[in-house]
Amino acid sequence: MHLAYPAVLAVLLFCTGLYGVLARRNAILVLMSVELMLNAVNLNLVAFDVWLRDTLHAGQALTLFTIAIAAAEIGIGLAIVLLVYRNRGSSDIDRLRDLAEKPGAADGEPQPDTTAEAAA
Amino acid sequence: MTLTTTAVLVPLLPFLGAVAGLLLGRRAPGFVRPLAVLPTLAAAVLAVAVAVGQGTGPATDVATELTPTGSIPIDLALHLDGFAVLIAVLVGVVATCVQLYSTGYLRNDPRYASYAALVSLFTSAMLLVVYTGDLMMLLVGWEVMGICSYFLVGHYWETEAARAASLKAFVVTKLGDVPFLFGIFALAADAGTFRITGILGSVASGGLDHPTLIALLLLAGVAGKSAQFPLHTWLPDAMAGPTPVSALIHAATMVAAGIYVVARLLPVFAASAAALVVMAVMAALTMVGSGLAALAQDDIKRVLAYSTVGQLGYMLGALAVGDRGAAVFHLISHGAFKALLFLGAGVIIHAAGTNSLAAMSRMSGLARRIPDAYWTMTVALLALAAIPPFAGFFSKEAVLGAAEHAATGAAHGIPGAAGWTVLVSGLLTALLTAAYATRLWLRAFRGTGVEAPDHGRQPVVMNAVLWALFLPTVALGLAAPLLPEWFDGRSLAPTLTTSVLGTGIALVGGLVTYAAWRHTTALAARTPIGAVVAAPDAGPEAAEETAIATHAAVYGDNAGAADPADPGRLLLGPLQPHAAVGFHLDAVYSVLFVRPVRAAATLVRFLDREVVDTYVRGAGAAPRWLGAAVRRAQTGNVQTYLGALLAGSLVLAIAAVLVATGTGA
Amino acid sequence: MTLAATAAGHGFLSPSGVEIAFVLVGIATLGAAVLTVTTRQLVHAALWLVVALGGVAVAYLLLTAEFIAWVQVLIYVGSVVVLLLFGLMLTKAPIGRSPDADSGNRWAALVVALASAAALVWVVVDAFRATWINLDGAAQGSTEASGRSLFQYWVLPFEALSVLLLAALVGAIVLSRKSGEGEAAAASLTNGAARAPAAPAPREEQR
Repeated sequence: MHLAYPAVLAVLLFCTGLYGVLARRNAILVLMSVELMLNAVNLNLVAFDVWLRDTLHAGQALTLFTIAIAAAEIGIGLAIVLLVYRNRGSSDIDRLRDLAEKPGAADGEPQPDTTAEAAA
Repeated sequence: MTLTTTAVLVPLLPFLGAVAGLLLGRRAPGFVRPLAVLPTLAAAVLAVAVAVGQGTGPATDVATELTPTGSIPIDLALHLDGFAVLIAVLVGVVATCVQLYSTGYLRNDPRYASYAALVSLFTSAMLLVVYTGDLMMLLVGWEVMGICSYFLVGHYWETEAARAASLKAFVVTKLGDVPFLFGIFALAADAGTFRITGILGSVASGGLDHPTLIALLLLAGVAGKSAQFPLHTWLPDAMAGPTPVSALIHAATMVAAGIYVVARLLPVFAASAAALVVMAVMAALTMVGSGLAALAQDDIKRVLAYSTVGQLGYMLGALAVGDRGAAVFHLISHGAFKALLFLGAGVIIHAAGTNSLAAMSRMSGLARRIPDAYWTMTVALLALAAIPPFAGFFSKEAVLGAAEHAATGAAHGIPGAAGWTVLVSGLLTALLTAAYATRLWLRAFRGTGVEAPDHGRQPVVMNAVLWALFLPTVALGLAAPLLPEWFDGRSLAPTLTTSVLGTGIALVGGLVTYAAWRHTTALAARTPIGAVVAAPDAGPEAAEETAIATHAAVYGDNAGAADPADPGRLLLGPLQPHAAVGFHLDAVYSVLFVRPVRAAATLVRFLDREVVDTYVRGAGAAPRWLGAAVRRAQTGNVQTYLGALLAGSLVLAIAAVLVATGTGA
Repeated sequence: MTLAATAAGHGFLSPSGVEIAFVLVGIATLGAAVLTVTTRQLVHAALWLVVALGGVAVAYLLLTAEFIAWVQVLIYVGSVVVLLLFGLMLTKAPIGRSPDADSGNRWAALVVALASAAALVWVVVDAFRATWINLDGAAQGSTEASGRSLFQYWVLPFEALSVLLLAALVGAIVLSRKSGEGEAAAASLTNGAARAPAAPAPREEQR
């Protein structure tokens, strides 16, 4: 099999996820798009591992690790989204604008710093 | 104490008194009066001691180098001769009198502490000018006097007139000080020293390259300080200050400084015949013009102010004919009787509640209310009019005698034209002086109408000072035979011709004025004019302040009053309105200098506000707009940031790839 | 290393069966992924994500990485998507079409995504168009081979990963508990910590 097939599929999946991260409003949808991007990377890892016939199976091991870390990330991410939702009553990312200077109220109520993390 | 130590203490004591007064004035009000009077009194006593110690011997000269300047050193020098020590005695005595008088006159004034300290500083500066032997030190005292006069003339700063007058006094004298400074530098550059003895030595040996230029530059400063034409306009306006300050400025300090400097540096002026002629013409114009103006003034203090200008003209005239002994003699005797006149005028203003002669002439019995002031001022006015045997007669005859001496060509190196100018204008001024002195006396003390208000007796200290000054006014003429030993040795005794001529002219002036007064005084009752606005029981300084503040409002003018009962109006005829405003010199200055300067200031203001500030505002606005534009990028939306970040990194990556392949190929 | 087994003789115009299957699966995966990021129904997005992730699992199988494929199905489809669905439910996501699923950045995002896609595809195709994967011989990703290498060479990172998962577990609990019930949550936390070193198992218990 040509390496180009999985590689191109990985690229397209990655860019789809990228679009989702940039365009979606709901934080959970953004998390889904992040999963797409991670899967694209995993696909690349597996494809190159198979191509290179690595004796250490580094690609597959790293894929497993990535999956585990992605699972942890989704857990933490969802917890943060829920926290934000509880505090703000909304999980829309473009309503979380505390990073911007508020006109007139430069130093408003101190916000939990979870905002930025949820968006990331 | 040696003579030098004593002489150093004389200017130093009032200075320390001034510093202590300024420091302690608010915290310890009880010390203010002793601190004002005692150092000045001590300085006066020490000045007498210095005069006795110096005597008629050769001049004492002590110097220590103050600072090396690289070219011409500046010395801390004392130069004591007959002129210096006698004028110092005058300054000390008059300053002591003024300080004593002020304790009564300004007894209720809340700013008395700073006032007394400034008077002390003023006295100290004048004594420094008198004693110093170095032109730079002289300049220090000269300028300190300028700033003190600014503060003191503006003592009643609540009134518009006082504010304007203090500014005017400061600016006009500074206008003369700039050429004076250049003159000193030019003189020092020519002579190679700032020491007066050194300068006179180099003049004697003909070492001066530009005598006329230097003399004229110095003369400008003298004209500003000593209120000579055309820079005399500040002096009448300076009457807006308290009366004791007027007495101090007019009698002993400030205006005397200019005459004294010319007397000190007379050989420099004598080296240039042109300078002497200019001086003579200046003195003549000043004398005659001020005499005419004095005849038209309504404010009693402005009459005296113009008379000061005229008497200073006499002194400058005496210097123009090369007789500094006569000039200084007149300076001393004038100092005594003019101080008396001003202090007496203060009493009159307090008693009458007004400073307007028109209002006083409609008041009867003013002389009975203030007998001390009445008698002393009568004698002082006689002295002013140069009636024998009072002091003014002898000193004025000395001046006229010197002028006659020069006019007949008997004086060496003095142009005859200068002599004639001074002689003729001096005789004319004698007539005018007698006329305005008579007018002042008649209108102030011989008024008819309602009884003068009763303010009770004047403070003892004020009357005592009047009598203290009365003594030299009467008796200083007796010193005429003794003084030549202290001065240049030239006789100061009156000559027969000028005595008869001068006294006769003065008598004519007085009698003509009396006749005119008899003629016009009947009109006084028919034309009610003048108002006493001061509160009956106010203190002297409050009465004077009110009088100054309301004069323009009541009479329409600060100087004159449209009073048909005024004998001066009859005597001057059509000249009267012009004389009242000082022959429109202020208006001329306004057209020539004030308006162009204001127009230039408007232009500069426009350039600053509209042109320069536009750039400044633009420098602020441009970054603000830029900031506003950049701030739009800061939306707070993380996705926007991330998108921009990725797009940027993409562009960079593509650029890197393109560059790599481009260079690789 | 089988770098010698290059694409000599293998053209794009004569695809093998595996390649045809991969392309079909890839198209399905990509389509599901695109629907995931574009659909206006939030729950549908999660379901399309299942399809996309399943497609990736099939792609793993075609690449002979069977263990990875099953792990993918188990963890992603079995737990992550379920977790996401729970998240949607807990944040009261609207059922049905929501008109504002996409933010105003959509067009900028599209431009950035398309530009990155074009650039990356160009680079990848340019670099690997002649590279051939030899899928014959022993399966590279069989469970036995994966297990051997994992517990032989990668055992230390594997154990470190278990600590990471524990930390994530604690963090998630701390973040999501409501204030005031801290003691109970801390007590339940110690249970999970005892079993943390077991490989991917703790992931099931995160929620």
